[in-house]
Formats: sequence, C-alpha cells, structure tokens
Amino acid sequence: MLKIVEIEARLFLRDRLNSLFAVLFPSLLLLLLGAVPVLRTPDDVFGGQRFIDTYVSALIVFTLAFIGLQRVPTVVATYREKGVLRRLATTPMHPARLLAGQMIVNLVAAVVSVLLTVFVGFAVFGIDLPHHPLGLALAVLLGGAGTFGLGLVIAALAPNARAAGGWATAVFMLLMFFGGVYLPRFLLPSVFETISVFLPPGSLAVQEAWLGTAPDWRHLLVMGVISLVAGTVAAKTFRWE
Amino acid sequence: MAIIEVRDVGKRYGPRVAVDSVSFDVAEGEIFGVLGPNGAGKTTTVECVAGLRTPDRGEVSVLGRRPADVRAAIGVQLQASELPERIRVSEALELFSSFYPNPVDWSERLGLTSHLRSEFGRLSGGLKQRLSIALALIGSPKVAILDELTTGLDPQARRDTWSVIEDVRAAGVTILLVTHFMEEAERLCDRVAVFREGRVVALDTPSALVSKVGGATRVRFVPSAALDVPALERLPEVSSVTSEGDQVVVSGSEDLLHAVTSFLARRQVVAHRLRVDQVSLDDAYVELTGGS
Repeated sequence: MLKIVEIEARLFLRDRLNSLFAVLFPSLLLLLLGAVPVLRTPDDVFGGQRFIDTYVSALIVFTLAFIGLQRVPTVVATYREKGVLRRLATTPMHPARLLAGQMIVNLVAAVVSVLLTVFVGFAVFGIDLPHHPLGLALAVLLGGAGTFGLGLVIAALAPNARAAGGWATAVFMLLMFFGGVYLPRFLLPSVFETISVFLPPGSLAVQEAWLGTAPDWRHLLVMGVISLVAGTVAAKTFRWE
Repeated sequence: MAIIEVRDVGKRYGPRVAVDSVSFDVAEGEIFGVLGPNGAGKTTTVECVAGLRTPDRGEVSVLGRRPADVRAAIGVQLQASELPERIRVSEALELFSSFYPNPVDWSERLGLTSHLRSEFGRLSGGLKQRLSIALALIGSPKVAILDELTTGLDPQARRDTWSVIEDVRAAGVTILLVTHFMEEAERLCDRVAVFREGRVVALDTPSALVSKVGGATRVRFVPSAALDVPALERLPEVSSVTSEGDQVVVSGSEDLLHAVTSFLARRQVVAHRLRVDQVSLDDAYVELTGGS
C-alpha cells in the first residue's frame, strides 16, 4: 500500500501543470489580490475587514473543488477506461487500494495547499492564523471529503473519462460560484449563502473557523453527511471496468 | 495432473450468450492454445480462469482452488489493459513487485533494461507488450494467462516473444495462450481448443487437428496436356481433384506428390508450375470455425 501511495505521489508531481496549479494557485491568487491596495484596506463594504480577509475561504474552496472535481474524477475514470483497474484486479492487490492511494495523495496535496495559503496570508498580509485550528482542520477534511465524494460519484456514473471531465467541470463551476470564488460571498443574495452551506466544501464553515470564532457544528455535520452519502453512492455504483 | 479445470462453463451478458458451454483441462507444464474468431467466447473464458469474472454456470478451478483464491499463482496479461500514461517502466515493475511475496524481474530477459526510465505512454506497442508480459510473470506464477500477446507486434518482435514464452514454459509455468495466429499456435502450443459461438468445437494437438480436417497435402500444377481426371481420382493416395482455371489441385495423403508425379510421367504429361502445400492449422481452423 505504501508503494501505491509513493507511485501515485510521483505521478501526481510529474503532472506538473495540475499539481502546481492545485497546490500553488490559491497562494498566488492571494498574492495578486493583496497587491491591489484597495483590497488590503479595511472597509465597511467588507464588514470592516479587508477584502482579502473575507476571501480566504474562497481560496480554500478553490483548492478543494479543483482537486476533488478536476483531478479525482478524470484520473479515476481514466484508470477505469484504460483498464488499469482491471489489470490490478488480476493481482492479489484489490484495485480499491489504488483509488485509496489516489485519494490519500490528493488529500495531502489539498492540506499542503491550505497550509501554504495560511502561511502566505499570515507572513505577507498579516491575515490572522486560524482562530479555531481544529475547526479549520475539520472543515477542510470534511469539505475535502465532500468534494472528493462528489468527484467519485461522477467517476462512478460517467460512461467514460471524457464525460467524467465534462460533468465534473460543470459541478466545479457551480461549487466555485456558491463558494464565493467568482464573486465574494457578501455580494451574493443571502439565499445563496444558505445553499452554499449544503454544498461542499462548505465555505462558511471554513471562513468561520479561520477568521470567526468557530465553525457552526451543524454545517460540519452537513458536510459529513454529504461525504458519507456521496461515498456510499460512489461505492455502490462504481464499475471496475 | 490438470492444473486448470474448466467444466461446463457458461456466461451471458444480458441477452447475449458469450460462452455457451465450455470444458477443458490444462495439464501442468502445458502450453494450451485458445483459438477462435472474435466473439467466440475466448476472452470471457480466460477471464473466468483468471478470476476476473464469475461464470453463470459451471466450475473453474486453478490448482484445485477457485481462481480468485489463488491470484498470486496466476499471472495475467490482458488484452486492452494499460497502465497510467506517465508511470515509468521501473515504477510499474516496482509497484507490481510489491504485490507479491517473491517477485522475479523479467525486465532483462525481455529487453526492458534500457527503457526503465521511459514513461508507459511513450513506449512503442512492442515494448508495452513486453512490459505487460514482465508484469504478468513478476509474481513467479504457476499459471500464466496471455491474451493475444503478439497482436500488433512486428514479425521479429513476435518471434522474440515466442522464444520468451518457450523460456517461461521451460521454467515450469503452465501457459494459457489466446491467439489469432495459427503460426503461433502451431509453433508453441501442445494442444489447442478451437472456439466457435461460445463452444469448444475441437480440442487436440495442432497436428492432429490438421489431419482430422483431412488431406495432409495438396499438389497444384498446370498440366501440359488434358488430364484423365477419373483415373487420377482412383489413385489410393488421392482424396479429391479440383480445377481452378487451368490449374489442377489434387488433395490427398502425405505420399501424394510421388503418386501424382508418377501418374503424370506414365502419361507423359508435364506438370508446369508445380507446387506442394502442406495443409496447415490455418486451413483446419477455417474449416472448424466455419469460415468460407
């Protein structure tokens, strides 16, 4: 199993464009936005905060949605389409282990990306370190599990790798929108805020854990339930070939 | 002793019957060929032996156990099964080695050593095939299942692969070989099963199949003068005489050539463009699988 994780990690890193994008993009975006003076000045429009403070959760939404929906479904569907899973099924190693290895590598990448964003925010712009680290860790893990779960459901149901990529991109856009990546959440009607509570990766919980006091445990619970449901659906409907 | 036993196996996909009823035994150390046209049920059958599919009906055992329970003892090279594009040859070998207790490195014997750093997606068809064989053999299996392993290889690579297969067998591995090439079956297989529409229509050594289909030899020539066909047909060595344009085709037993030439000599007929064909497994195959 360690070997699988090692090889999957090497493959992840070898795919430079995707891996760099997943890990570095949120930090780079933060640096770019922070370079604009008005976005790093506190203003009533941003509830007395700076824009970049209100935007930290969006950066994490991006990472989790990108990895969960741009990488997970395409890699998994491609492994199935190319017969990689079928090939493994003939060995004493169950192909589910390969998918598990893939998830571990993606989760590690997401965590590295989040840590990097926290560090860059703190070091460059003096964004507070997470107020509720445990809450943030839970929000990221459960939110990540939610997006990965959706990615796996898409991989399970899509007829081929191309379709998986297409469906996943549509869901990716949707999650980015509700997660406040395109438009900051304070510009969105409050009904969208409510919807976004139920959509992985749960941007409100992330924001509250980082710069509020603590995430609403009910929001975390919602993410947990979504991950479980998505994971179960994916496992029940998954085709190995 | 039979190392693979297939008893009355049937498998359908929805309404389509892939395998109707198939039975055969493979003895230890044997190279057993599976021949037949596309859709005859070859791949489905060997997939049942590989433990990839469960038959709807019948029994499959390998080493006396269910195939799924002895995966480590079965090495499989599958048709249309790839690896991640960017995995290196060395990484694929490492990865698969980690699945087995006593991995064996075939990369040198298979000429892969100079390609260890190449990525799978950049390998030529022949190299992909060789890597696939190396991975099938990496767990030092007792049984190797090779599905169309030389399809898409150039003739030289195909011959190289054949000698690898002979080495593998010499190492004591029993081989189940699915193939489209009669030359391959004739050269490698101890016995072959010919599949047709989900059934085994013939099972024997390649040479026995050929003689069963009749007429071991065929002689073709253009006679210099009109031929007394009925007299030729009465020769004991001759089984049939047909003509194709100005060419006469005589089929018969192994001593046919001598009989025909003496017959012609007695009548002072010269045989122009004389050719002798050995009936091959190819002909037997076409006959058995109902081709034209």
